[in-house]
Amino acid sequence: MIVRDEVEDLRDTALDEVQLDRRLSETWSTPTGLWGALSTVDHKIIGRRYIYTAFIFLALGGILALAMRLQLSEPEARFIGPDRYNQIFTMHGTNMMFLFAVPVMEAMAVYLVPLMVGTRNIAFPRLNAFSYWMYLAGGLLLWIAFAVDTGPDVGWFAYVPLSGPQYAAGKRADIWAQMITFTEVSALAVAVEIVVTVLKQRAPGMSLDRIPLFVWSMLVTSFLIILAMPAIMIASTALILDRLVGTHFFNPAEGGDVLLWQHLFWFFGHPEVYIIFLPAVGMVSTIVATFTRRPVFGYLAMVMALVTTGVLAFGLWVHHMFVAGLPRLGESFFTASSMAIAIPAGLQIFCWLATMWAGRPVFKTPFLFVIGFMVIFVIGGMTGVMVASVPFDTQVHDTYFVVAHFHYVLVGGAVFPLLGAIYYWFPKITGRMMSETLGRWTFGLIFTGFNLTFFPMHILGLQGMPRRIYTYQPEMPWSGLNMFISLSAVILAAGFLLFFIDAIRSAASGPAAPDNPWGASTLEWATSSPPLPYNFARLPVVGSLEPLSNNSETLSVAGGLSVDRRELIVTSVVEALPEARESSPGNSIWPLWSALATTVLLIWSIFTPWAVVWGSIPVSIALIGWFWPKGTPEDDT
Amino acid sequence: MNRSVVLDLSKLPPHGLGTASLTWWGTLAFMLIEGTGFALSIVVYLYLMSLAPHWPLDAPPPDLLPGSGLTALLIVSLLPNMLIARWARQQNLAKVRIGLVIMSLLGVAPLFLRVLEFPAMHISWDQNAYGSIVWVMLGLHTTHILTDLVETLVLTCLMFSKHGDNPRRYGDVSDNAMYWNFVVATWLPMYVCLYWIPRL
Amino acid sequence: MLSITATAAGGSGNQSALNSQGAPAIHVEHLIIGITVVCAVVWLLVMIVLGWALLRKRSSDSGPPRDRPLTTIVSSAVAATVVIIAALTIASFYTTRSIGLPGNTALTITVRGQQWWWQVIYADANPAFSFQTANEIHIPVGQDVQIQLESADVVHSFWVPSLAGKQDLVPGRSNSLLLRAERPGTYRGQCAEFCGLQHTHMAMMVIADEPADYQRWIAAQRENSVMPTYADAAAGKAAFLSKPCAACHTVRGTSAAGTTGPDLTHIGSRQTIAAGLLETTRGSLAAWIADPQTLKPGNNMPMVPLTSVELRDISAYMESLK
Ligand code: HEA
Ligand code: HEA
Ligand code: HEC
Ligand code: CUA
Ligand SMILES: [Cu+2]
Repeated sequence: MIVRDEVEDLRDTALDEVQLDRRLSETWSTPTGLWGALSTVDHKIIGRRYIYTAFIFLALGGILALAMRLQLSEPEARFIGPDRYNQIFTMHGTNMMFLFAVPVMEAMAVYLVPLMVGTRNIAFPRLNAFSYWMYLAGGLLLWIAFAVDTGPDVGWFAYVPLSGPQYAAGKRADIWAQMITFTEVSALAVAVEIVVTVLKQRAPGMSLDRIPLFVWSMLVTSFLIILAMPAIMIASTALILDRLVGTHFFNPAEGGDVLLWQHLFWFFGHPEVYIIFLPAVGMVSTIVATFTRRPVFGYLAMVMALVTTGVLAFGLWVHHMFVAGLPRLGESFFTASSMAIAIPAGLQIFCWLATMWAGRPVFKTPFLFVIGFMVIFVIGGMTGVMVASVPFDTQVHDTYFVVAHFHYVLVGGAVFPLLGAIYYWFPKITGRMMSETLGRWTFGLIFTGFNLTFFPMHILGLQGMPRRIYTYQPEMPWSGLNMFISLSAVILAAGFLLFFIDAIRSAASGPAAPDNPWGASTLEWATSSPPLPYNFARLPVVGSLEPLSNNSETLSVAGGLSVDRRELIVTSVVEALPEARESSPGNSIWPLWSALATTVLLIWSIFTPWAVVWGSIPVSIALIGWFWPKGTPEDDT
Repeated sequence: MNRSVVLDLSKLPPHGLGTASLTWWGTLAFMLIEGTGFALSIVVYLYLMSLAPHWPLDAPPPDLLPGSGLTALLIVSLLPNMLIARWARQQNLAKVRIGLVIMSLLGVAPLFLRVLEFPAMHISWDQNAYGSIVWVMLGLHTTHILTDLVETLVLTCLMFSKHGDNPRRYGDVSDNAMYWNFVVATWLPMYVCLYWIPRL
Repeated sequence: MLSITATAAGGSGNQSALNSQGAPAIHVEHLIIGITVVCAVVWLLVMIVLGWALLRKRSSDSGPPRDRPLTTIVSSAVAATVVIIAALTIASFYTTRSIGLPGNTALTITVRGQQWWWQVIYADANPAFSFQTANEIHIPVGQDVQIQLESADVVHSFWVPSLAGKQDLVPGRSNSLLLRAERPGTYRGQCAEFCGLQHTHMAMMVIADEPADYQRWIAAQRENSVMPTYADAAAGKAAFLSKPCAACHTVRGTSAAGTTGPDLTHIGSRQTIAAGLLETTRGSLAAWIADPQTLKPGNNMPMVPLTSVELRDISAYMESLK
């Protein structure tokens, strides 16, 4: 144990830069070795882990996609049987949505938001550690189950009664439902951290109108998570109860209702797609601003668009149920509200176009991905508007047309910005640059491969090809396009492979990155690449939307913080006026124990309801261990 | 990059209280999450009711006594709860200790009535969808009483330990009191829903 | 791009939304083409602006950005968006009305989805005239037909793209759909909602007949099964009745009255068996009966052990049930 001088309260003002770095490193560093790795609460280490893990899930999900494309490449192929195929598309969808797309956006936020708002760690850093372990456990649960042939096979929205006690024997559907619990717990935890970090830990002077757009987008996203995820928690709990203890929520014979599931799922599921998309919007705004060398046109409009999208997101869910037999008049309302989303979406597109027009574009890889995003996402948005029309949707719902729509918006609208964001922030995260040449190749391959793969799916859908079929008969006129799609998917996969190669190679041996390689203007570039454990030696003070824009060599900072404990500043919500110095919790192994105990409880409860009773004992113990003060300066001063 | 110090923070308090406390905001955020969950459970109840030919399904309306007793008890508990929040603000260790003991007891007492509430519904969870939602709503709320009770018990131990007399702990006590208000507040609409809607 | 899409999808045989042969599908097809054209134009405009914004020549002097004209342009674009989506909403609303069920239809057919076949019920006020069939629906040309949709197990979706959009079959609920064919023909459809292992093989045929043909068909279906005239079919009937087959299948006019599987009274008259899996021939019947689990893995008909003679006879019998 470190022996501390109790009376001393050393402030940064008393130290020169070298001493300050030494003292801060002492308080903030994560110890090396396994124990340090397991107990760290540094948002950068956890964020990095989160990102790596999510990308591994992307690769795994992509490999499943290739397996499906192999099976569908020719009629009546026999590579994969129906049982396995159903598991594969369910795994692909579930994995991509719950283990890749949502977590990767949160991961980027966990890493970037504290840096962008100029603080030293995320709010509730231990919760953050806990959240990562829960996410990892949920992912392992799903993939191990799949490996032993118990992967869920009911589709990523697991409609009842197919997933209910009568038609889904075994534990497959329970695995799906419990995986939901894992990922939702972790997503909710991160959402709370982001909300509190953004509202209360912004650098002094970063008033609401100086918050970077990426941070705004994450704030709105976090509120969406907070308000949408409870619906899926309720739904999946009800499903598990129906399956395990014989409740009748979804059993029409006993007063339950099948559509109740669909309502609950999509009340979550629609906001879910904006939970994936809005962070991407933030990334696009950031990249556009940096590579056109001017702030994004219409800051206020952009923020309003984010908020409007977030609000509208809760009024659209029925557009996934247009053919379920709800009253037509009600459905028309949801056509109107779904189409209305085109207004904020269009506003954002127009503002980016205006920015590009007025700025001086620099065509670096991150910006290329943004251009690709514009091309692809607008197509996806247009098909979204198409399926929002009730009569149109009666023809294309549950066909490859919808598969095309959502890959255009998911891959075009979220993965393209994400890849751009990786190229953009890679230097900050790793301290090394990625290769510009390989980056261009990656972009070219993915852009071409993507369009060749997914555009023909629109046609297939209109030609009557339903989704989720493991094969089709040679008489159907679909084989040519399917073969074409499958071959194109190889180009797409090659692009992703190149991306992984570039990322891994660059992380190991790319050229060293300067602090601010792109000449960007947000605060994460005001510290070293990669940032030190304490992020900023002295916390920045912000006087404009673009703190680094005037290219001045000096950064305004605040002084007077203690270096004896992990300390950061709490500021007011609107004006970001300093309110208090606050300690930030130190490393702890208890989040890991808590996550383990919770994992045991959740998995055990697939088998018996008593697990909830007995399993909660170790969970409580672990939580008490977590919160019980250890007499550290962070706990006691 | 050079840094110029433009702001001196050395006079700031070393810990934020109330709206300057991060845990306060965190508690609020969790309340928002759980509040959404409670609200949705009521929505599910009303949704199932709207589909049913008659309500409650195959059961008489629940007996009022245990549920109303529990409601009264919860409302009464608000008084010491508000006192403890005040004492915590005043950082009055002795009173906070007494208050916590009282609140622990007031956390246990509702559980006895809750045990009686389940049979008062005259339906079990596996009989029909009405039984299912009723049990889940009661269960959901019971979990919240239980978690708050455990938290209160731990805090009580903490305040009697050497870590007790510390602004941070007082903050925890008042956040805990805020959470109990939430547990009580969410019960009221549930009580109306569970006990009075079937009598309409 | 659009025209490629349209032509490629249009000539795609009889299970295509762009090969509409019935009023509801025709209305929707017009809407599909209309919305697609509008959206394609909007997309093109956005792309043109994107290209221009990125590649335009920039004057070398870097004056301060002028935001005023941009504000006007962006606001007009948003206003245009509002107008366009309002128009699309209204168009879609009117189309919705035109594909809705009219107040009264002369003919109502009930379709019950089962894992993984379609039970088709032609109910009549006179119970003697009611009959059932499977996976094949005959309708009269040029007439509004109400399809009543129910499910025996999980959610399915009834979809015959050339005639109408789809509608789900939801357990515990009853939905309905307007079906109408303007021209005689066979229209293929397929279950569109994932319903388990053999969702893939849950097709059905809608056959639109001229009214006279339709009446003939109805009359034939109302009859009980024919008596086998050949020896092998007669032996097949005996075998069928003595084996577990009869526990699951109904053949009207015999003691077979099972309800787990499709009604086989006129199985020989249907174009396909096992929900569009195979064309109905004696050979395919034999293949199916011999080993349904290889042809349609996981379906609810077990493999019933039969000698080769029994198999041959039963297939002959099945084929004879015209
Ligand atoms: C990132 C994810 C994402 C995003 C952003 C969107 C965006 C939209 N989606 Fe999509 N959607 C999904 C992911 C997403 N979707 C997924 C995963 C599914 C399927 C789930 C499943 O079944 O498995 C789905 C399914 C889905 C359906 C159900 C289809 C069906 O099952 O039959 C509908 C129906 O209304 C719909 C509509 C829309 C609309 C109107 C938008 C709008 O937000 C689009 C708005 C954008 C634009 C319109 C482009 C920009 C605007 C302009 C340039 C202005 C000018 C425009 C006009 C004048 C029109 N989506
Ligand atoms: C963000 C979400 C996301 C992403 C990125 C993708 C990506 C892809 N998806 Fe999918 N998809 C969904 C979300 C997503 N999908 C969802 C929600 C469904 C619905 C599921 C359901 O119906 O329940 C679906 C369904 C779906 C279907 C329909 C299946 C069916 O209905 O039967 C198909 C069919 O072609 C498909 C294909 C693809 C392809 C080819 C890709 C490609 O873009 C994938 C490209 C990526 C790779 C090929 C990875 C390559 C990587 C390597 C080779 C690196 C390995 C190396 C190292 C580890 C170092 N997807
Ligand atoms: C346990 C129930 C069961 C038994 C026993 C059974 N079947 Fe079936 N049969 C089914 C089901 C269910 C289907 C529908 C399968 C599908 O298409 O998914 C079916 C389909 C068929 C079909 C195709 C019907 C159509 O309309 O497409 C024929 C023919 C048939 N069975 C004949 C037989 C014969 C002959 C036997 C006895 C040797 C038999 N069945 C035994 C349940 C059974
Ligand atoms: Cu029935 Cu899919
Ligand atoms: Cu949606």
